[in-house]
Amino acid sequence: MIPTIPALSYRWLAASLLSLGVAAPALAQEDDPIKVGILHSLSGTMAISESTLKDTVEMLIEQQNEKGGLLGRQLEAVVVDPASDWPLFAEKARELLSQEEVDVIFGNWTSVSRKSVLPVVEELNGLLFYPVQYEGEESSENVFYTGAAPNQQAIPAVNYLMNNVGVERWVLAGTDYVYPRTTNKILEAYLRDEFGVAEEDIMVNYTPFGHSDWQNIVSEIKQFGSEGKKTAVVSTINGDANVPFYRELGNQGINAADIPVVAFSVGEQELSGIDTAPLVGHLAAWNYFMSVDTDANYDFIDAWIEHTGDEMSVTNDPMEAHYIGFNMWAEAVRKAGTTEVDEVKDAIIGVSVPNLSGGYAAMMPNHHITKPVLIGEIQDNGQFSIVWETPSTVAGDAWSDYLEGSRDLISDWRKPLECGNFNVVEGSCGGGQAEAAEAETD
Amino acid sequence: MRMIRSFVPGLLLLCLLFGLVPVVQAQEDEAAGQALLEALAVSSYEAKSEAIESIITSGDERSRRWLEELLGGKLQRHKETGRFVIVLENRGRNWPVIDALSFEDAGEMSRRDLDRIGINNALRGQLQSALAVLDLYTDDVDDRRDAARELLGSVDAAMVEPLRELVGSEDDAEVRRLLEQGLAIHRLNEGDIDAIAELEGSLNSRVRAALNSATRSDNPLVADAASAALLDIEQKLRINSGLETLYFGLSLGSVLVLAAIGLAITFGVMGVINMAHGELIMLGAYTTWGMQQMLPGQPGLALVLAIPAGFVVSALAGIAIERGVIQFLKGRPLETLLATFGVSLILQQLVRTVISPLNRTVVSPEWMSGSLMINEGLSLTLNRLFVLGFALVVFACLMLVMRRTRLGLEVRAVTQNRAMARAMGIRATRVDIMTFALGSGVAGLAGVALSQLTNVGPNLGQNYIIDSFMVVVFGGVGNLWGTLVAGLSLGVINQVLEPWVGAVLAKIVVLVFIILFIQKRPRGLFPQKGRAAEG
Repeated sequence: MIPTIPALSYRWLAASLLSLGVAAPALAQEDDPIKVGILHSLSGTMAISESTLKDTVEMLIEQQNEKGGLLGRQLEAVVVDPASDWPLFAEKARELLSQEEVDVIFGNWTSVSRKSVLPVVEELNGLLFYPVQYEGEESSENVFYTGAAPNQQAIPAVNYLMNNVGVERWVLAGTDYVYPRTTNKILEAYLRDEFGVAEEDIMVNYTPFGHSDWQNIVSEIKQFGSEGKKTAVVSTINGDANVPFYRELGNQGINAADIPVVAFSVGEQELSGIDTAPLVGHLAAWNYFMSVDTDANYDFIDAWIEHTGDEMSVTNDPMEAHYIGFNMWAEAVRKAGTTEVDEVKDAIIGVSVPNLSGGYAAMMPNHHITKPVLIGEIQDNGQFSIVWETPSTVAGDAWSDYLEGSRDLISDWRKPLECGNFNVVEGSCGGGQAEAAEAETD
Repeated sequence: MRMIRSFVPGLLLLCLLFGLVPVVQAQEDEAAGQALLEALAVSSYEAKSEAIESIITSGDERSRRWLEELLGGKLQRHKETGRFVIVLENRGRNWPVIDALSFEDAGEMSRRDLDRIGINNALRGQLQSALAVLDLYTDDVDDRRDAARELLGSVDAAMVEPLRELVGSEDDAEVRRLLEQGLAIHRLNEGDIDAIAELEGSLNSRVRAALNSATRSDNPLVADAASAALLDIEQKLRINSGLETLYFGLSLGSVLVLAAIGLAITFGVMGVINMAHGELIMLGAYTTWGMQQMLPGQPGLALVLAIPAGFVVSALAGIAIERGVIQFLKGRPLETLLATFGVSLILQQLVRTVISPLNRTVVSPEWMSGSLMINEGLSLTLNRLFVLGFALVVFACLMLVMRRTRLGLEVRAVTQNRAMARAMGIRATRVDIMTFALGSGVAGLAGVALSQLTNVGPNLGQNYIIDSFMVVVFGGVGNLWGTLVAGLSLGVINQVLEPWVGAVLAKIVVLVFIILFIQKRPRGLFPQKGRAAEG
């Protein structure tokens, strides 16, 4: 029953592909396009968040090409779909770097997918721009973190609640995975050590991914908040699970004036899936909001609407991170005069490009960038109204100052230090990120 | 800030009570109105708070509208001309506006040119209590009750006198009681020990908050009395919270029953392992969304119409799956499982490409939002109450179909003994199609209900497929009553465990419990008896 001829032709196909693969590097010429890899899930659970980032990078590439490309060469997007499958991220990253030979990768959303890609980009010496807020405790030679570190989102948000709202009791609610757990650990230590918040005034709660039944937890929060002290919820609840959470809050009559909820993972895109009228006044902390009132932002929104063809499409914080990251990379390539990874890596430190909120973002030696921190209140049209912002930009801190073990670490990828986790007390470098991460999970 | 906020509603009350509200001609007041609004266009929230106060005390008859629009974030200012406008619709890029002074139509303006007068939570509170004070004078009893409830805990010295007079002239006992409680909280905050007696036994959370702060009072007498009053309240609350947990459990259970009941037919009765069951639920939810898109502005009607539409859409999809895949794999459960799993992935990706990978907004109609207050400590959320009722109705209808109709009889005959049923002249293939369509349609109904509770997105179905199988197996394959009892009891068990061990562990414990239970009784809670069980 086994058809022989097709098998033959498969072999023939494989052979010809192989020969093509061998021949490809030799063909790479000066006027060939510069390849930009896009590693975002287009299917599976994360497609909801990641597919818009793919579109964003494609739009940025289009815009760059209209301006004449880079170094006189055109840019070309290479899109792969890691399908929300963490090990597949590593495979696809390998495919991008060794087969497609891309010059840079923009990609990833969840921390676990970044951790899976990390050893591959380090081994093959690639460049990865990671656009999402994350838990910190990492700095890789090959990764540029354009999203917020905890000190650029969580800590300022807590300060705002403490000083401007007068919160005394804290609910730390999160989805059960690495980002909320690390962030909450940092916040707990911060509240206890810096403000002397008592143990009984902090309630920590974790829920599984995609949790949809919030009745009990919301009722507990209500209970916790009726002790006569101002209470707030700090939410690291991820993605979809927020919608039923906010619905339950609204239905159980918890309004923002009584118990405000400040969220780190709820942006314009998440809100576009809910009726926000009962949520007015709840807060979110980001480094960008679609409602930012600057011409650069309005131009970006107009371009985005034109690109998607949907008048109602929204922009969000990770999109701005890609906007900044892409422009930084382009600037560094221009500065270095080549797309060669090692040279771009050195050239990009210190590069500063405009962000969308009217200021500048600079790449720091620890591969994190400077960002303003904005606190916004949810409006009935699914947008945020900015109620507070840091007076100046904040530089991202890879290693939290509030955690045992990471307090003494610094990251500096400039010569002569060139280390992502230098211990200032012991005066030694901890070595590669991938091994360090492995040691931590063991 | 705090001082100002508490002062304002009091002043307003005084104005209203003593007839100080001057009647002003609009044309004379153009400049004055502009000046009042101008004061709002500052960045400092404290300055804004003062500006709000002067609007309230100005006695301008437009002030109420201004306060409402400010609260809604619709009061905006043209960047260049400085003209104040009220935005009617703030989605998209160009917004229709009216003039804020004359309330006349002012065409469309680009959002680029408009500056929103931003408020924060503190100002929102100030505006809300100012509006609540105004509402105390309306004719509508419900509005007055809401207003009085809103004022609990925010009564201050300036408001005491006017509120006392209001209590005297108020007809509604509930409003009177709330106002008196509000006054008592104020007195308690001042350190008056007698106020505690008035607050005793109240289950209101703001009263509890006030008593809780009183236990930290410097006066030991007040602190003790407050603790004693709290103890009494806690007692009552314990009964409440027991009832609440039961309700939470039944509500979660009803969701499980809804999701599983369709599967109880296709898997339980027909024996087909349909991994695409979750996606049939998803189709029902998307039908609700589609209906709401077709009938904009009428979410309630759309939801009601979505019930039959969701049934039909999912039933048709079910027929397609049965005809296209399952009929060829009869008696081969493993292949069926794999093939239907493939179908489920195809359906998910289809929705992602055709509609969008993003979640869709399904609006809850007015009558399904909020909660039904049983007493001040216990209220049942309306959307879940409706879903609970809906699940029971669907179950009852399904039982009727299976027990009282010809289709039900034929289904039972075919599943018990296919060959014999065919010999009796029943067209088994047709019955297969009808049964599968029925089970799929019911999944669609579940989707319509779930659209009111959770996200409507391509992944909706995945979250329920495991739970559905769990419920059916636990209840006893082939037994609809089993599914009902299993779903409801799993819901209650889960919700009773959750406060103790957390949501993550509660799920695990329930799963382990089911595994152990199945070890002991492999056929579930209500095993089928007789010869049918052998097959």
